[in-house]
Amino acid sequence: MMFRSILGAAVASFVASTAFAGTLDDVKAKGYVDCGINTGLVGFAAPDADGEWSGFDVAICQAVAAAVFGDATKVKYKSLTGKTRFTALASGEVDLLSRNTTWTFSRDVDLGFEFVGVNYYDGQGFMVPKELEVGSAKDLGGATVCIQTGTTTELNLADYFRANGMEYEPVPIETNTEAQQKYLSGACDVYTTDASGLAATRASFESPGDHVVLPEIISKEPLGPLVRHGDNQWGDIARWTLNALVTAEELGVTAANADEMAANSTNPEIRRLLGAEGGLGAMLGVSDDFALNAIKVNGNYAEIFDANIGPETAIGLQRGLNALYKDGGILYSPPFR
Amino acid sequence: MATTSAPPSEPFRLSQLINDTRYRGATIQIVALILLMLTFAWLVDNTIQNLEALGKDFNFSFLWTSAGYDVNQRLIEYDSQSSHARAAMLGILNTLILAVVGCVTATVIGVFVGVLRLSNNWIVSRLMTVFIEVMRNVPVLIWILIVVAVVNESLPTPRSFKGEETGAFVLTNRGAYFPEPLFTNSLGDIDVGGLFLVSNDFLMFVAVLGLSIWGAGKMSEWATKRQNETGVRPQILLPQLALIVLPTAILLFSLGFYLGYAELKGFNFKGGTFVRDSFIGLWIALSLYTGAFIAENVRAGVQAVSRGQSEASAALGVTPGRTMSLVVLPQALRIIIPPLISQYLNLTKNTSLAIAVGYMDATGTLGGITLNQTGREMECLLLLMAFYLVVSLSVSGVLNWYNERVKLKER
Repeated sequence: MMFRSILGAAVASFVASTAFAGTLDDVKAKGYVDCGINTGLVGFAAPDADGEWSGFDVAICQAVAAAVFGDATKVKYKSLTGKTRFTALASGEVDLLSRNTTWTFSRDVDLGFEFVGVNYYDGQGFMVPKELEVGSAKDLGGATVCIQTGTTTELNLADYFRANGMEYEPVPIETNTEAQQKYLSGACDVYTTDASGLAATRASFESPGDHVVLPEIISKEPLGPLVRHGDNQWGDIARWTLNALVTAEELGVTAANADEMAANSTNPEIRRLLGAEGGLGAMLGVSDDFALNAIKVNGNYAEIFDANIGPETAIGLQRGLNALYKDGGILYSPPFR
Repeated sequence: MATTSAPPSEPFRLSQLINDTRYRGATIQIVALILLMLTFAWLVDNTIQNLEALGKDFNFSFLWTSAGYDVNQRLIEYDSQSSHARAAMLGILNTLILAVVGCVTATVIGVFVGVLRLSNNWIVSRLMTVFIEVMRNVPVLIWILIVVAVVNESLPTPRSFKGEETGAFVLTNRGAYFPEPLFTNSLGDIDVGGLFLVSNDFLMFVAVLGLSIWGAGKMSEWATKRQNETGVRPQILLPQLALIVLPTAILLFSLGFYLGYAELKGFNFKGGTFVRDSFIGLWIALSLYTGAFIAENVRAGVQAVSRGQSEASAALGVTPGRTMSLVVLPQALRIIIPPLISQYLNLTKNTSLAIAVGYMDATGTLGGITLNQTGREMECLLLLMAFYLVVSLSVSGVLNWYNERVKLKER
């Protein structure tokens, strides 16, 4: 792992031909999108028995590929750890990073990335075994806490314990899998990461009922896909693909009815979104039906959410903040016009 | 008629640089040097250009900003408000302490196993062969993960000790707790440059013990002198012992010395000296792994000592054990030391695998969290390279100096 990040940094520094403008041309020339995803987090990005990746974050990669090529299979996935992901994106190893990454000031400004939106509003939480009988994060003074290193998590954690005047013993772990093993063997009392990640991790346990996620959410973690700074066209494609999925939910466009809607709908908003009029795709440098193609892959935002992490799945996350603005959430896409 | 045989003094021609054996060597070397320098210049230029293209500058001011993260094993004062530089220092100390204890144990293991492998006892020598082959033919990262997993999975959790009386030593799956020395009339600590807090009690203890040992040495010298003059060595064993033990005992007693045991409080044991699971795992795995290599060096060194030496020793009636320690090993050392240097360097560099089990060494702090939170890959990795380079060169320098001292002086 270390080797990979060092190699990544070396590549970042020494690869001469990394183009920072014209990502779309590069992607079209090679014929696929290089997409950075998690090393394995059930519901967000996990391989199935055949080695096919699927999940909430993977769906974004597929939607972007469909928007560019009209074909969702034209993606190459790269599993990245919390530590290697930024180097991989900066060096051009991946074109798009869709790996539950928190949008922060320094990542946006100092690291030189561009977050194209938020696909999941999250916050950091704590998971403890039930037998510890801990009801609140405020009771965690003196506990041993497993953290996934290379994330905003360890900074939030330090702030939270400091603000509450509690001591703790941090155990930094490289990947979710190793952290899980440490937590389950009792080498840590607490596992902390984004609440969605906790739910996903707990769902993969043998007996999820033995573990509880504490009520405190100690941070804001808007997770979203990101691209490199400086290539606005490519950033726009990713941004508006994501917006298209949200708008599709708003307008009731689903994977099943998208084709039919594009042909027969009289609603000008739907017609513009699906490329029947307005020529929005051409302005973006892709085909006019880019949003139609993106939606047809896994459906609109609601369908993607429900299929991967929604209440019906093992992970069982409620929409909460991630509902549309008209349903009490804060999901709100700018209009397609 | 006399002919002059002076060579015709031809003017120097450029083609001579290649065709003339007098110049050819130098020409090739200079060309190679220029090419090498051009390659470096290209690499540096490329790096600068790419950093510019990424909109990144090259500066180390991030080192003085607040780190914002916590580290578990702290040998110096540190909290999340301390600077990245201090976090790096912390990591460096963690690396060094692991490297030092690792090298010491690896050497002990190596010498024992290496000598035992040459044992005449068939079972012992075969066992050692199996140990060496198993240890050195599995990657060290795997050993580290195995040992830590065994510690985590097989030892009891701290909370399983609830309600139990725990003694001086507690073994949990988070690490081991040992008694810590405490003083009721403590003299307090002194702050060294804002980095370390050094206990005055400890300094006093070291000073008194050092003085006593120095005194005992003087006593031996005096006894030897008497022996040389009179032929009778005065009995000094008891006074010597008293000189070493008494002042220290008096000091400890007056400071109110006692041993503090770890006690279960809340989630974890509090008090005592705590050695973490990750440290134990790395220590055991690195020592055994490097020990196996050192054992082979030791075997090679011992076998290189002529058989005549041990035969002569046996003929004089020296026991096999003493033959090994007094005759063979001192001579074998000269052969063992040069390869030993590279084993020490390997161990030091292998400590960078520590992040795999969550031990915060220099690679974990400076090359891990700091790099990731600040996004300064070039700066962090250059610093990290410089650190490992300095450590490795120092280790190798010290051992080379030692090697110069013990190697066979040829006249």
